[in-house]
Amino acid sequence: MVKVLLWGSLADLAGGAREVAVEAATLRELLEGLARDHPGLRPELERGVSVSIDGRIYNDSWFTPIGPESEVVLLKRLQGG
Amino acid sequence: MSRIHVTTTINDDATEFLCEAEATLLDVLRDELGLTGTKEGCGTGDCGACSVTVDGRLVCSCLMLGAEAEGREIATIEGMAEGEDLHPLQKKFIEMAALQCGICTPGFLVAAKSLLERNPDPTEEDVRYWLAGNLCRCTGYDKIIRAVLETAADMRRAS
Amino acid sequence: MALDDSKKTREFKVVGTRPDRPDGIDKVTGRARFGADMVAPGMLTGRVLRSPHAHARILRIDTSRAEALPGVKAVVTRADFGAVPAHVADIMENCLAGEKALYDGHAIAAVAAVSASVARQALRLIEVDYEVLPHVTDVDEAMKPDAPVLHEGRQQETVPPGMSGNVISRCEFGHGDIEAGLKQADRVIERTYRTAATHQGYIEPHACLATMTADGQGELWVCTQGHYMVRNTCAAILGMDQGRLRVTASEIGGGFGGKTTVFLEPVALMLARKSGRPVRMVMSRSEVLRATGPTASTSIDVRIGMTKEGRITAGFAELRFQGGAWPGSPVGMGAMSGFAPYDLENVKTVGWDVVTNRPKAAAYRAPGAPMAAFAIESAIDELAHGFGLDPLEVRLMNGADEGTKSSYGPTYPAIGLKATLEAAKSHPHWTAPLGKNQGRGVACGFWFNFGGDTSVSLSVTPDGTVTLTEGNPDIGGSRAAMTMMAAEELGIPYDQVRTVIADTGALGQNEVTHGSRVTFSVGLATIAAARAAKAEMCRRAARVWGIDPDAVEWEDGAARPAGPNAGKFPPMTIRDIAAIAPKTGGPISGHHEVMAEGAGVSFATHMVDVEVDPETGATKILRYTVFQDAGKAVHPSYVEGQFQGGAVQGIGWALNEEYIYGEDGILQNAGFLDYRIPVASDLPMIDTVILEIPNPGHPYGVRGVGETSIVPPLAAIANAVSAAAGVRMTQLPMSPPRVLAAIQAGG
Repeated sequence: MVKVLLWGSLADLAGGAREVAVEAATLRELLEGLARDHPGLRPELERGVSVSIDGRIYNDSWFTPIGPESEVVLLKRLQGG
Repeated sequence: MSRIHVTTTINDDATEFLCEAEATLLDVLRDELGLTGTKEGCGTGDCGACSVTVDGRLVCSCLMLGAEAEGREIATIEGMAEGEDLHPLQKKFIEMAALQCGICTPGFLVAAKSLLERNPDPTEEDVRYWLAGNLCRCTGYDKIIRAVLETAADMRRAS
Repeated sequence: MALDDSKKTREFKVVGTRPDRPDGIDKVTGRARFGADMVAPGMLTGRVLRSPHAHARILRIDTSRAEALPGVKAVVTRADFGAVPAHVADIMENCLAGEKALYDGHAIAAVAAVSASVARQALRLIEVDYEVLPHVTDVDEAMKPDAPVLHEGRQQETVPPGMSGNVISRCEFGHGDIEAGLKQADRVIERTYRTAATHQGYIEPHACLATMTADGQGELWVCTQGHYMVRNTCAAILGMDQGRLRVTASEIGGGFGGKTTVFLEPVALMLARKSGRPVRMVMSRSEVLRATGPTASTSIDVRIGMTKEGRITAGFAELRFQGGAWPGSPVGMGAMSGFAPYDLENVKTVGWDVVTNRPKAAAYRAPGAPMAAFAIESAIDELAHGFGLDPLEVRLMNGADEGTKSSYGPTYPAIGLKATLEAAKSHPHWTAPLGKNQGRGVACGFWFNFGGDTSVSLSVTPDGTVTLTEGNPDIGGSRAAMTMMAAEELGIPYDQVRTVIADTGALGQNEVTHGSRVTFSVGLATIAAARAAKAEMCRRAARVWGIDPDAVEWEDGAARPAGPNAGKFPPMTIRDIAAIAPKTGGPISGHHEVMAEGAGVSFATHMVDVEVDPETGATKILRYTVFQDAGKAVHPSYVEGQFQGGAVQGIGWALNEEYIYGEDGILQNAGFLDYRIPVASDLPMIDTVILEIPNPGHPYGVRGVGETSIVPPLAAIANAVSAAAGVRMTQLPMSPPRVLAAIQAGG
């Protein structure tokens, strides 16, 4: 299981926990697992999120591996100028 | 609409064109004569991207009518280099990275050339005030000011 | 070949030097072609009719008189487009209003005519019946329960019930316990800060030239930060296959985030489709200001606790951003970034995205971050000065480092914040004497930096020179940087590589030039493509020599036997290999396609001296120094240019620039005379100190540098003005009347 840190307003939609555990070995499995286990998160996931894995930020790369000890943080989708 | 016949000199070439009475010199340069190096940033004389000289005087070509070019000598950015030989300001702007996007660059070069023709030994303050009518949003002006000052120094040494 | 080799110490030959940019001569001679510089045979001029009301229902549009005017070839309204996919629905509405005009300047209809004067006449003949509705342009007003509501049904699930429909979403970040942290403080400061909307202020107005053939193929020439984005968005809006639309990026006269979406482009394509003629559209400056991307205006509450030694015990900020008439202000990034420079046990930010009757905010250089930094860095500064502490020391004491859990969640890898602070502390600027009415301010800033879809192709020509083809518009010298990285990797001179920005037909998808991504992402792909070409050239040499390809290495622009056991052969240069390419297997090229990830975050510290005239409230910038981590500066002159340009945009935001709306909801300063950006005589030289803490995510250690430089200046200048004026400034811009009023109220 991978521990995923949610930002505050998402935690409210996932039952109040700031950290949730998901069975996932890749970014794709992580996003699918979150949507499956926490339907309240689906609208935000559909709007797009960024994910920090061990301090590196990813947007879309499905097959990015995630280790069981990885630090995973969900972030609002980032946009630059 | 009847158009006005104008005979003028542009970058030392005798030139004739027809323009509507309301057309600015900038419109004529860009749309009638294909001299698109002169840029339109505002159309109200606030940004200097359309700078040209008319009988040696620096003007915003968006504030002058095309018909007013009759009998005048106009100089634009396209006339600044002599063939393949860039003007020292042009060379220095490239060398010192005094441009980023480059849209304001023709106006700055025309204005800076006009300054150095009047004052070959300007102070930093002289350059900053002379170029205060030219807006640049990319560079913060630092490298532009340095490039003009260095060109002035080079040209003084060369003369 | 592994890309992550930045840990090796590497001697660069080209990277780090300052060659002339490849597009330099075109740019200084007027030959470079920007958006408005293109023509096509039979071209028409397109112009847009815009709403004179801040908020109005559109009851009727009658275009018949305009269509009847001789010389008018097409008129379009929202009705011509029909239904569009959901992901482009708001963009469509911004390009042409449907049921309602939502801000002063909102596009209502457009015409294409044989000349600009005919087009202008035609606009006057379009009849629009409006039902004027109450409007709201201020963020705090728009959040009130009785405020006029722009949209129904757009509020997201994160907003508590009972709030105005203008409140679109709420986000919250942080960790720890704020109240517990505040109890440990010797002083808690509580302040509200406000910033005005500002415009990116690129000097080139939006422009495009569209062609549509009768069989449905489109061509678009456009000034944009991302022509692939333009293709995809326009194709969706016009119901075209993306492959049927070819988009070419012109030279771009500045963007700063403002050219990351579309405004004229779908309209020009529709006018071209209806008229059967090429259509060129160019905005006026007032159209740019009224109807294209300003940034959000904001209202921010901050509470920060500090011990008398300077340790921050808790930091809280509530940020309210209005992002114009549709959802999507950059409040989330403001909320994530504001406390990012600090290592805090207790930190929380709450962000509210709010809509108002203003043009939709577009991205502007580090979107959201400068406003958050203004509020938070001002409060930290006030606390530090209140305790008589050195504001740089306070920042160093609380500064984030490798291993710090950031305010937005992730733990930092190697970062450069403290390096920028140390550099600032030891710089002569910090200890230079100040005179009467003068003050010095410092502030820190953070930006994420992005990667994204990137596709490049590098081909070796038959004579052994190289063409690099990339798909990101060059907005500040990036062609030079790409050329340098290709030359570095191939071991050939800079002038042997030419970099071309291709149209959408030439490469795979490329994400927009934004997020400080290009030198990082396109550079990374360029290096990988060069390595692919090198590997192929090594294979060719190996075949010629009859040895194993693994026994060949590439050095200084030539294939060489790798060590004495590989055999004794004279090196084959890139020219040698290219000359015989037809005989050894055909053309040689390298490609790389990647979703670039791993852009390293970036930090900066800015230091500024100002003088405030107590009689007028006018502020003069006396001295300015930028300290920023670039990872590795590929072309230091253009890195300095990014630092300087960001700082000066920040100076404008801090001192002059603001969108001013009247009671009627109409923008009152839609021109460069009244919307005053900094000019040369306002400024001193902008000194820069480039720090290089390599980014492990890039083969040469490169980090994006374009955006971070606009994050600290708002706060740094506010801190300096506050010190000089003897009164704390909490609202931007710090225009002379506002500073004078503060001095008089304070004295």
